[in-house]
Amino acid sequence: MIRFETVFKRYPGSREALSGVSMSMDTGEMAFLTGRSGAGKSTMLKLIGLLERPTRGQVIVNGRNIGGIKRRQIPAFRRQIGMVFQDHKLLNDRSVFDNVALPLVIAGLGLKESGKRVRAALDQVGLLHTEKVRPMTLSTGEQQRVGIARAVVSKPSLLIADEPTGNLDPGLSLEIMRIFERFNEVGTTVLIASHDLHLISQLGHRRIELSEGRLTFGGEGENGHG
Amino acid sequence: MAKPMARARKRKPTRPERRPRPSRRNSGRRSASARLPRFTNLLIDHARVLVASLGRLASQPLSTLMTVAVIGIALALPAGLQLLVANVRALSGHWQGAAELSVYLQPDVELTAAEKLADGLRADPWIAEVQLISADSALAEFRESSGFGDALEALPENPLPHVIVVLPAADRQSSEDVATLRDKLEEDLPAELVQADTEWVARLQAMLEVVRRVVLLAAVMLAVGVVIIVGNTIRLDIQNRRDEIEVTKLIGGTDAFIRRPFLYTGIWYGLMGGLLALALVASSLWALDEPIRRLSGLYGSGFRLQGPGFAGGVGLTLAGIVLGWLGSWASATRNMRRIEPGHEK
Ligand SMILES: Nc1ncnc2c1ncn2[C@@H]1O[C@H](COP(=O)(O)OP(=O)(O)O)[C@@H](O)[C@H]1O
Ligand SMILES: [Mg+2]
Repeated sequence: MIRFETVFKRYPGSREALSGVSMSMDTGEMAFLTGRSGAGKSTMLKLIGLLERPTRGQVIVNGRNIGGIKRRQIPAFRRQIGMVFQDHKLLNDRSVFDNVALPLVIAGLGLKESGKRVRAALDQVGLLHTEKVRPMTLSTGEQQRVGIARAVVSKPSLLIADEPTGNLDPGLSLEIMRIFERFNEVGTTVLIASHDLHLISQLGHRRIELSEGRLTFGGEGENGHG
Repeated sequence: MAKPMARARKRKPTRPERRPRPSRRNSGRRSASARLPRFTNLLIDHARVLVASLGRLASQPLSTLMTVAVIGIALALPAGLQLLVANVRALSGHWQGAAELSVYLQPDVELTAAEKLADGLRADPWIAEVQLISADSALAEFRESSGFGDALEALPENPLPHVIVVLPAADRQSSEDVATLRDKLEEDLPAELVQADTEWVARLQAMLEVVRRVVLLAAVMLAVGVVIIVGNTIRLDIQNRRDEIEVTKLIGGTDAFIRRPFLYTGIWYGLMGGLLALALVASSLWALDEPIRRLSGLYGSGFRLQGPGFAGGVGLTLAGIVLGWLGSWASATRNMRRIEPGHEK
């Protein structure tokens, strides 16, 4: 599902954020990307979502070398991936329902079908009752769940999350992680960046560790291919 | 918090039941079978954005009104000037229809000779009417109308020549034909001077042509102005909706999707500006109509002000829409580019 082949990334005017990272993840796998702040976790996720391009090396997503994707093709590519962010990136000028529906509106889905899917997604994160309210009236944990609902509403085969529990206390963090696990159980590949080692060890999934831009642990999956 | 979670867990059967497939095959199959509903959905989305962008404008009535007013005035100015030129031209056409040529015969031409010449001209197909004004009758009329009676009495002889007034045939009243006729008369007749009353009309028309071009130039500049005004308004709008654009890009919104609300905003501005311009022009016409009618009545003319007409009205509105669309398209395309997720610095 995801493969990095000796990937380097250097931001303009900055030291190398990734130095020769190679790793692979199977379809249906769930993994945590760990490492201290500044290790390059966000950068790896940004490369997967084509928010950044590698300086060198190749990133393969879903069997496709995404280096060949042109600017104009990026939107269609991103629609196949569900992305969750630490700061949720919800729009506060519209309801929870409209936030979650946005990917479906973009994809040009009909209103009826959209409504069904939005409610299903909100139900899956336990927030069906909040569809009419604005996101900012919800707690941080609830907002993050709205963010997850938006990421999964178009049923992507890959879900990536950057520090989804970064602003949450341990109890809420575990709840959020359980939600990700449930999507993984039905076949979605899940990659979550987190520096919360205590939380990760409670869950017991594969761990990929970065340190100062280098992969230090867990680069290969159990079967050793991507 | 615990309750909804528990509920979500209980509803196990409604969880997403789906095995991931290679997504390219997946999407290919869907687009083949769902092309028509997809098109309908696109239309529905256009309608949604059309209404939503109007709602957004209505939620900020003051700034919307100001932008619309500027656009309306910028469109009304060239439209009004253009109408003015068209009306003056129509008016000069009225006068040109009555254009006459006055042939001042040489002083030594006798009255009988003059009568013969006049009769000769009546046979000319280019000429509709010929009137001979003898030197004596001209002097008599002048004496009566000028009040110089006594002074004229003192003259040893009549200083005025015989004059033949020629009215060109209806189909020979264009300025070129009248000029040709004048040259011919000058050559054929023992004339001191052949004067066409149309010369000032020709001059007026040459001037009108200049004015018309100035109006055209002004129209082009004001059109560019409208594009810039709309573009700048949209630029500010885009700045205010930065987050929305960034998030939409993050979750796979195409440029066309992101641009759409701004395009419709521009179209609304243009439409409302065009209609306002039309209202401004129409109300100016309405205010001028009565005095102009009275004036042309005094001159015994049936002249009436011409309005822009249906085509002109539609044209003005369309011009507004096209300019609004152009300004918003250029601005949105340019300013959207700068908002890229992940490049937050
Ligand atoms: N947009 C950027 N411009 C310049 N340097 C950046 C940018 N984003 C990240 N970096 C640098 O790249 C390195 C890795 O950052 P990041 O991937 O965000 O790490 P993490 O998510 O593990 O905290 C850091 O040294 C960071 O300063
Ligand atoms: Mg990070």
